[in-house]
Amino acid sequence: MFNPDERQRPRLAVVKFASCDGCQLSILNLEEDLLALGRTLDIAYFPEASSDMRPGPYDIALVEGSITTAEDAHRILALRQQTKVLITIGACATAGGIQALRNWADVESFKRAVYPSPEYIQSLSTSTPISEHVHVDFELWGCPIDKGQLLRVITDLVVGVQPRLPADSVCLECKRRGNVCVLVAKGLPCLGPVTRTGCGAICPGMGRDCYGCFGPSEGARKGPGLPPNTTSLAGHFHSDLQLIPIEVMRRFRGINGAVSPFRAESDIWEKKP
Amino acid sequence: MPEETAQTRTIAVDMVARVEGEGALRVTVKGETVQEVELRIFEPPRFFEAFLRGRHYEEVPDIVARICGICPVAYQMSAVHALEQIFGLRVEGAIRDLRRLLYCGEWIESHALHVYMLQAPDFLGYDSAISMAKDHAAVVTRGLRLKKAGNAIMTLLGGRSVHPVSVKVGGFSRVPLRGELEGLKEELLWARDAAVETVRWVADFEYPDFALNYNYVALRHPDEYPVNEGWVAASSGLQISASEFERHFIEHQVAYSNALHCTLQGSPYLVGPLARLNVNQEDLTPLAKQVLTDRRIELPLRNPFHGIIARSVEILYALEESLRLMERYEAPPLSAVPITVRSGTGMACTEAPRGILYHRYVVDGDGVIREAKIIPPTSQNQSRIEQDLRLFMPRLLRLSDKEAALACERVIRCYDPCISCATHFLNLEIRRESIA
Repeated sequence: MFNPDERQRPRLAVVKFASCDGCQLSILNLEEDLLALGRTLDIAYFPEASSDMRPGPYDIALVEGSITTAEDAHRILALRQQTKVLITIGACATAGGIQALRNWADVESFKRAVYPSPEYIQSLSTSTPISEHVHVDFELWGCPIDKGQLLRVITDLVVGVQPRLPADSVCLECKRRGNVCVLVAKGLPCLGPVTRTGCGAICPGMGRDCYGCFGPSEGARKGPGLPPNTTSLAGHFHSDLQLIPIEVMRRFRGINGAVSPFRAESDIWEKKP
Repeated sequence: MPEETAQTRTIAVDMVARVEGEGALRVTVKGETVQEVELRIFEPPRFFEAFLRGRHYEEVPDIVARICGICPVAYQMSAVHALEQIFGLRVEGAIRDLRRLLYCGEWIESHALHVYMLQAPDFLGYDSAISMAKDHAAVVTRGLRLKKAGNAIMTLLGGRSVHPVSVKVGGFSRVPLRGELEGLKEELLWARDAAVETVRWVADFEYPDFALNYNYVALRHPDEYPVNEGWVAASSGLQISASEFERHFIEHQVAYSNALHCTLQGSPYLVGPLARLNVNQEDLTPLAKQVLTDRRIELPLRNPFHGIIARSVEILYALEESLRLMERYEAPPLSAVPITVRSGTGMACTEAPRGILYHRYVVDGDGVIREAKIIPPTSQNQSRIEQDLRLFMPRLLRLSDKEAALACERVIRCYDPCISCATHFLNLEIRRESIA
């Protein structure tokens, strides 16, 4: 992807929009590998870590956060023009994040609920993923992202390999770890069967149900690139686990609630009596 | 970029780095007098308090964690304590210890990040810890390993360090076996020694001569250095329970910021490591006290730049406390106390790495959240940061615009503001108005 003969190290930018900083912290959590990263890449722009902030163009931009203000919608366009490879990091940038729960609500009433003078607050009525605004070259899912996956993707880019990450469900990883299935054995409404792998199946590993941090998986039953069978899982939650429709709705309307297969499923269950 | 007109002079630095979040500072100067100091927070509002309404109480720890990736445990802890108050639940014994241990992990991780990666470069003259590593490799490596020790505690108890997954109302979804905790011991013993070195290292930094009379506000507990529980105590003499918090601490909005400001009896106050250490100095461990005495550091600390010392002392405390808690741990028979849902209102304050974090919830008979109120530490410190900048500015007026701006950034970083909590880039603008 980058000319290996080029003596210049690839220039990296890390840019934040509406988010919690957790995915940027995952970069700082690379610990020793962070120093190696600093040697391999020229960290040209990463305000959270460095006051040395240099303008573009950038070879790689890691983008955290979703678009929630008119100003940010302009800012992402400017970044895209200066960037060769733009990668979203985390649920906010890739899917709109938890703050996309506003997309179902009246934002004016949200402002009134939080701020005494709502007229001072400039905010769009939706929280949208970066891909709804500009072309995204690669998406890293997760809330937060997995730092191993991040390192893998950056390494692939630096050595000139097209990055690929698995998109199958948490269930497969869960089996490899030898976890007891919390859906079958404990009757918990686990989203593992429809959620993308990458976290290491930590929720079932900690004795609880997956809540969909890594977004929808691909390929299970319907084939590669196709959405997971949320219909079947939602039906199981309702008829076998006795969740009432609003509870089924809440399961799918969470951290990655605004992304299509989860969004469609939650909308169906919202309308059920 | 300097821009001069006949009447005003504006100095602007686009961004203050090495803080968590997006904001800006504007200082207006007329002649020798500082007219206005406005810390503006641009971080887009995310409306957590609004969309928590209608969610089930069991979902709250997973949702509120997402307010801040640096201190998710703080949000989870204030939430579960407030909700447990509603359900009439008290969590004791090994589960209480594990919560304290998880929180110690977060203090270590968050403080080590700030001490080594965000603030120390200011004292040693670098842009970042990464550039600092070229000349101070051993120090930076020590800092990163310390931070990793905090993360290791969080990962063991919570599944991962950013947004841990095991915290629930009543306890945990899974508790570790004693043997699993023992696996951490060796690394934590190393980290404890590294923390002693850290206190010695930061104590020898050169600090500006600047002392202020703060009203310090921190939790106070009869038996221990406060983490999850205690009275809200102010150095002015106030002592109240979390239930009375909103009667004394008032949030108000200013036009230039997306974060609310909070004041106590109309005045700014200080929360965070400096306040906590000053209010609770007798609860420190003998080793922590000894290291302070050896370096001739006397409490209370009144210089905001000494926040880095307070943070380093708390890393040491948190490591010693972690080792103590691990030593006496026996896995409890149940990972969580059973709950009977009932309607009501509950409030709780816990000590986030950056200071008191207040939560209030109203829950209905089905366990659904009807109302939520969250007051993070940074919105409490915001007025105090502005006031301190106002007091610090006069000595900066002789400096060039660029130097003055850099000095202001350093003042702001002392408080470790978490703008993602309150709301990340800080733009700094100094506007100078000539008197003529």
